[in-house]
Amino acid sequence: MERLKTFLRHPTGMIGLVILMAVVVLAVLAPTLFPDDPWEMVAAPFQPPASEGLPLGSDMLGRSVAAGIAYGARVSLTIGVASTLAALCIGVTIGAIAGYFGGKVDDLMMRITELFQTIPGFVLAILLVATIGPTLTNVIISIGAVSWPPLARLTRAEFMRLRGREFVQAAVCQGQAPMVVALRHILPNAISPIIVTGSLTIATAILIESALSFMGLGDPNLMSWGLMIGASRTVIRQAWWMSMFPGIAIVLTVLAINLVGEGLNDTLNPRISRKARKA
Amino acid sequence: MNRREFTKLGLLAGAVGIGGIPLGVTRAVGQTRGGTLNTIIQPEPPILVTALNQQQPTLTLGGKIYESLLRYDFDLKPLPGLAQSWEVSPDKLTYTFKLFPNITFHDGTPLTSEDVVFSITKILMENHARARNTFSRIDKAEAPDPLTVVFTLKKPFAPFLTAFDCTTAPIVPKHIYEGTDYRKNPANAKAIGSGPFKLKEWVRGSHVHLVRHEGYYRPNEPVLDEIIYRVIPDSASRSVALEQGTVQLTQWTDVELFEVPRLSKLPNLTMTTKGYEFFAPHTWLEINNRIAPMNDKRFRQAVMYAIDRKALLNRIYFGLGKVATGPVSSKTKFYEKDVKKYDFSPEKAKALLDEMGLKPGPDGKRVTIPFLVPPYGETHQRTAEFLRQSLARVGIDLQLQGIDVAGWAEKFSNWDFSMTTTTVYQFGDPALGVSRSYVSTNIRKGILFSNTCGYSNPEVDRLFEEAAVATTDDKRQEHYSALQKIMVEEVPVAWLLEIDYPNLMDKRLKNVITTAIGVHDTFGTVSFG
Repeated sequence: MERLKTFLRHPTGMIGLVILMAVVVLAVLAPTLFPDDPWEMVAAPFQPPASEGLPLGSDMLGRSVAAGIAYGARVSLTIGVASTLAALCIGVTIGAIAGYFGGKVDDLMMRITELFQTIPGFVLAILLVATIGPTLTNVIISIGAVSWPPLARLTRAEFMRLRGREFVQAAVCQGQAPMVVALRHILPNAISPIIVTGSLTIATAILIESALSFMGLGDPNLMSWGLMIGASRTVIRQAWWMSMFPGIAIVLTVLAINLVGEGLNDTLNPRISRKARKA
Repeated sequence: MNRREFTKLGLLAGAVGIGGIPLGVTRAVGQTRGGTLNTIIQPEPPILVTALNQQQPTLTLGGKIYESLLRYDFDLKPLPGLAQSWEVSPDKLTYTFKLFPNITFHDGTPLTSEDVVFSITKILMENHARARNTFSRIDKAEAPDPLTVVFTLKKPFAPFLTAFDCTTAPIVPKHIYEGTDYRKNPANAKAIGSGPFKLKEWVRGSHVHLVRHEGYYRPNEPVLDEIIYRVIPDSASRSVALEQGTVQLTQWTDVELFEVPRLSKLPNLTMTTKGYEFFAPHTWLEINNRIAPMNDKRFRQAVMYAIDRKALLNRIYFGLGKVATGPVSSKTKFYEKDVKKYDFSPEKAKALLDEMGLKPGPDGKRVTIPFLVPPYGETHQRTAEFLRQSLARVGIDLQLQGIDVAGWAEKFSNWDFSMTTTTVYQFGDPALGVSRSYVSTNIRKGILFSNTCGYSNPEVDRLFEEAAVATTDDKRQEHYSALQKIMVEEVPVAWLLEIDYPNLMDKRLKNVITTAIGVHDTFGTVSFG
């Protein structure tokens, strides 16, 4: 409760939260606001913003840009959250095992992690999607597969830090199983930085998804912001609005998530007091 | 400076960056003779020898270097090329060509009937699938004197005279190629032909520089001094290059279709879609006839009714073309316009699907069909999205599948697809460019542009076969009309559009598009003013 209050007093964090909630509301209400399928050609092509029934104009096939942005919000948020959850599962598991057991196990886990870290994440994501095919699930898997190493390293560091603490030693001495020690005693104390990094991972995931769709490697059956920009990039001289509005949507969403992440960091990290930060 | 101008400046900087060679624009002003034509080649061809490689850019550029016996007017009637006259025997078995005197190759050697016989029967037979299809019907090829070539066919083949354009039958020098490994011949780099322009320099990644062939046999040709084909990989830079006059001519898809309406209105440019009559690109929705429910003719008819092809033409192809009515393009010989009409009607489509027993489920979907999106750029992607929306309205749910070039060709040619779109050239005659997609003898797994849809109708097979060997045009028309009526009723594939590609050119240019092969022709008479 105390922390929630701190967060609510965090100015940039609150700005982020408000924008993010607006995007979430837009995503949830998309079918109500725009009953037509976003792919439906509802108007004449190349209609500028503020035309009849088209607040943000129409694209080259006469599809509503506004509807595309609303439905694109669903895709971006779904992929951002789902792939971050996937990355958390992999990253936290590997990091926890490495940090808890140390030694040879740690070496092995970290070498695997480093293997992934040496390959540029986006290139690997392109490769994965191109190989296993661009569907929603595959895009989530691919982004998850390239996003977990930082989470693994962070979790490992936290686990190593807490592994030697008295309360953990006490639990071990009581004969509790490693799994129980890790989940009940270490993880709750390590969770704050993981939550912060996880929230920022969502932003990165949304960016990767947009970039994949921009390159035509997204699921072609889903209207997403990256796809909208990629499709209208070539007509930018005739119709700026087709790529501009989805671009703004991406910027706002990613910015909002980053602000929220920063706010969470300041709130959850006991070593940064708000007063100290202000001084 | 507003945003648009700023963007323009950036693009311009990109386009100018490819320069470094003199531009001939100013030099050409007000001159009839001489001048430099700058144009675009996209993508850069791997080789310039058209006898060995028939990719689009090779043919466009190679047409200036290599000539053939004939040319064709817009109605596909033969005109003199290297041959000044020709005769066909009454039994349609013997074709005699008389060459112009004094034709020389770029290395100064005279071009004789021996070179023609060698090109047709040796190098093209081994390296050019489309030419092989026609020339394998030759029984004997003789050169009784240096200016006479006589071909005797095994049996009549009506479109034989349609196969002597420079993209099908380029004539190469025998003395350079005979007895060598054609593909490894070092002379390939020099590209020695007999056309009005010869290769001066090819800077990979930058430009191909052609200059006048002084020994050209036609008086007063070529008019231009030189032609420079510039390699500009980025489509926005190509448009800017044209807009700024850096290049004075674009062809095929050099300029993206959505740029055409804007560019064609510019005061210094003019646009024509003539010059593609020989190719007559025909675009259709390919339907795998082997798989249910697509094996039912009513389903395929429903697909035809469900697609608003006029809207497709206007929205995605910017009106460049016309709605296709059947397997034969209206530009090709023996087109039949009196066939069943499929005007846009979702109601008729739904009625046909209901009749088949394909009832919509609770979510409104009758059937879900995967659709391979051809990986050839935006227009194809937009077309796929358009088709998905059109078919969704009648309850056919298309699932678009993105795929790379190799994967598309592999799946498509091995029949591992349900639907996709494809564009096929017709080459002037249904026997050359249409029958291959529908006759059952051409159902060949693994081969692109064969009968991939798996359509098979013995009556259609028979009509195609008889039309190809019939000796009078009336008889051929009769067969082709009959088979077009049958096929339009059965809808082996859903024909969408006949595409017109735009040639955008500087207003001062004259005589650019004079024949049915358009920009592939020699450009001997092209001039500025």
